[in-house]
Amino acid sequence: MDKLKNDSAPPGLPAIPATWFDRKGLVQIGLLALLLLAPLAAYLLGHVYYVNLGSRITLIAMAAVGLNLAIGYGGMVSFGHAAYFGLGGYVAGISAYHAFDYSPFLSWPIAIPGSDSMLVIWLATILLCGLLALAIGAISLRTTGVYFIMITLAFAQMVYYFANSWPSYGGEDGLPIYLRNTLPLVDTGRPLTFFLLCFAGLLLAMAITSRMMKSRFGAALTMARLNDTRLATAGISPYPVRLVAFVVSAMITGLAGALYADLNGFVSPTLLSWHMSGELMVIVILGGVGRLYGPLAGALLFVMMETLLGGLTEYWKLFLGLVLLFVVLFAKHGLMGWLAGREPHV
Amino acid sequence: MSETVLSLNDLHKRFGALQATRGVSLDLQEGEIHALIGPNGAGKSTLIGQIAGSLAPDQGSVHLAGREITRLSVAQRARLGLGRSFQVSSLAEPLSVMRNVMIGVQALQGHSFRFWKPVYRDESLLAPAREALERMQLLHRADTPVSELSHGERRQVEVACALALKPRALLLDEPMAGLGPEGTARLTELLEALKLEVPILLIEHDMEAVFRLADRISVLVAGSIIAHGDSVTIRQDPQVREAYLGD
Repeated sequence: MDKLKNDSAPPGLPAIPATWFDRKGLVQIGLLALLLLAPLAAYLLGHVYYVNLGSRITLIAMAAVGLNLAIGYGGMVSFGHAAYFGLGGYVAGISAYHAFDYSPFLSWPIAIPGSDSMLVIWLATILLCGLLALAIGAISLRTTGVYFIMITLAFAQMVYYFANSWPSYGGEDGLPIYLRNTLPLVDTGRPLTFFLLCFAGLLLAMAITSRMMKSRFGAALTMARLNDTRLATAGISPYPVRLVAFVVSAMITGLAGALYADLNGFVSPTLLSWHMSGELMVIVILGGVGRLYGPLAGALLFVMMETLLGGLTEYWKLFLGLVLLFVVLFAKHGLMGWLAGREPHV
Repeated sequence: MSETVLSLNDLHKRFGALQATRGVSLDLQEGEIHALIGPNGAGKSTLIGQIAGSLAPDQGSVHLAGREITRLSVAQRARLGLGRSFQVSSLAEPLSVMRNVMIGVQALQGHSFRFWKPVYRDESLLAPAREALERMQLLHRADTPVSELSHGERRQVEVACALALKPRALLLDEPMAGLGPEGTARLTELLEALKLEVPILLIEHDMEAVFRLADRISVLVAGSIIAHGDSVTIRQDPQVREAYLGD
């Protein structure tokens, strides 16, 4: 068996799945097609509500893609990713607020006006989430295990209470975005256009994750997760590798947050609360920790349950709990592990 | 006179009331295997920790290729050319043998913050990793996940990982532990060939292997070196016989 394999390929080349049409490939195409075609069909049938639901699923999935990079690929169980999701949301909200009434965000020492351009908002989000994650990660990554979970939670709660008690931007009442922020040449106000924008964002986040995990950086991060003694013994310090992954993870989640605020036309401290961190974590676990399409599968299941069961009973989270229990006990590799099989060794 | 690659000078380490290392000095010369033996509790692991960088000595210094490394981290020492293997193998179990060895090559090249090019078709990583595996006669297992390897093969992978660093010195912590007679014979042969290129500081329990392989032997008892010399000297040293060889 081994001999056959060695004849066809030079030794040492890990087998890379060459086809999209095996079981895993079909499941992945199916998930993408479902997420793309259902809102399209809803649009054609005139149900705008379901187009927006598609955008919601897409953005929650994108936020979870960010978290999956930390938890699944980096082994850093962050219980504070709501901080970045909410920060992204507040960047969109605050920027739109100042653009709307022509007031400056800062007038001293430098003048920073508001802006209703998504490009500006995204850039600011990436920058600010990166800086926040750099600070939080630099401290938190000195701990591991339960301490890491708790310290990331503590930092996120600090951000939450700060937003809650800062009256300039609505405090606990939140901040409305009266007009959706804009992009050149694109009419972001149309639900279907906005959905396609979100979908592109999700694909980009997944592509970045996938490509990065195959690179040298990904090899180092994988080794940091599996055996950081081996990584250090090889001569690579695990700490900076983890920190960079943590920052990239926060940036992805933050971008999803900025789009999420634009989707809802509203941002409030709810986006920053630990419930949000928990929801994202549940989605990652439901979908399959460390699986590229896991967050997508998890977000689909989560939001569908919320919408369908939430319409029947306000106790829908009881059923969510049961599903989560089932996944954790019987399908340890999540929905993706169950649908597409286990990831091959590489 | 051959060149000193690794030297320990008067190392001391204390844990509370326990003086685990008391004034240990030894050196490793180019082209040799220097074995460190000692009964359980002699302080071997503490000493290894101080050489590898996971423990800081209270006093004394460690030099690698003429450079002081006493205060450097594990990763920094590895980059300067200190390769090591562990008493209990420390590999990434789900990954292939190749991927485990490749991380060493990657560290050697120092480009771990590259985010684009996939490693699985990066010949600059694959070729040196194959070479290290070939040296340990493991190339046929390159694609096998470590979790499916036998105990002896894992030992060989550990050494291959260390070799991938192109080390100046190898620190092998009980590489024969848990190997059958066949595995021991095989590894002994591989190490014998290896020492001509990389000097090896060998910590080992298997006396037969030590006496066959080592050019020099140091005996550690209760934190200090009580005897030092070639295998004939050590075999006949009355202090060693009493403390260690049990007669």
